[in-house]
Amino acid sequence: MKVNGKNHTINDNQNLLNFLESNQYDITKIAVERNGEIIPKLMYRQVNLKENDTLEIVSFVGGG
Amino acid sequence: MELIINGKKMALDYKTAFEVREHIGNHTDIVILNGFQIEENFELKERDQLTIIRKGIIPKREELESMMMSRHTPYVHEKLKKGKVAIAGLGGLGSNIAIMLARIGVGQLLLVDFDVVEPSNLNRQSYYINHLGMPKTEALKKQIMEINPFIKVDTQKIRVTEQNVKELFYGFHIICEAFDKPEAKSILVNKALEELGDIKVVSASGMAGYDSANLIKTVRPMKRLYVCGDSQNGAKVGRGLMAPRVQICAGHQANMILRLLLGIEEV
Repeated sequence: MKVNGKNHTINDNQNLLNFLESNQYDITKIAVERNGEIIPKLMYRQVNLKENDTLEIVSFVGGG
Repeated sequence: MELIINGKKMALDYKTAFEVREHIGNHTDIVILNGFQIEENFELKERDQLTIIRKGIIPKREELESMMMSRHTPYVHEKLKKGKVAIAGLGGLGSNIAIMLARIGVGQLLLVDFDVVEPSNLNRQSYYINHLGMPKTEALKKQIMEINPFIKVDTQKIRVTEQNVKELFYGFHIICEAFDKPEAKSILVNKALEELGDIKVVSASGMAGYDSANLIKTVRPMKRLYVCGDSQNGAKVGRGLMAPRVQICAGHQANMILRLLLGIEEV
């Protein structure tokens, strides 16, 4: 799987929520696109990641 | 030959820019030819845009808008005039972006913020002492009307939530995400991309402190999402937010919005 352009190995049947949490992403501060589609936050648990998936994860920091 | 003089199409037989100036003004007037203030005479071509401005004179309202836009690259203003941009958050980013978009003549702006101006805003946001206590929407609209009264400005004094994104921003071409808190940025970006068909979002992340200005850039991580900033330097205890880097980031966002309104999608 590709995450932000880098190769990543995933466990079989890992869901997106699980992946994000185990990689220290704060889900209240991100946006995630899988294979070019934005994934609604409520769907993170339902989305099972696959080997050929491409994830784009944008993490926001504060200030404005 | 057809020329556009002070915004009006005219059929005239002058061969050079300075001949036009001699005819309609005097030799000390400023001459702007196709977006550039000229000091030497130029030969004119079909459909050249010429603006003749007399310093110290307030022009008539019907000439003012074309004079204000005369330093634009030709044919840019016509496209921007049709632009509809919503700015969510009117702090250091949003207030400065709104002023820039007003100066370049983006035809329709929506300004969204729930807050009022307070003293700690003044180190980076486009407000004055006499705005303290005033809703940011109102204080900003007042400034914009003094800069460019030829555009439509609507305001919404409201907090953006997961529930109202669609309703607030439906019909706009671009949302400028200019919030302070990362959670609010995340809510707006997610909901806008999920619920609003082909709207584009120009967001910001990482402009606190006084690290190098050159670290701030514009990227396009998703098809309809642009993010400006250094992606690292968040505001936190011990790291402030100040005008220079915040305005550099605001400039990135405003320029990306300008590019999108002109049909350019590359960063």
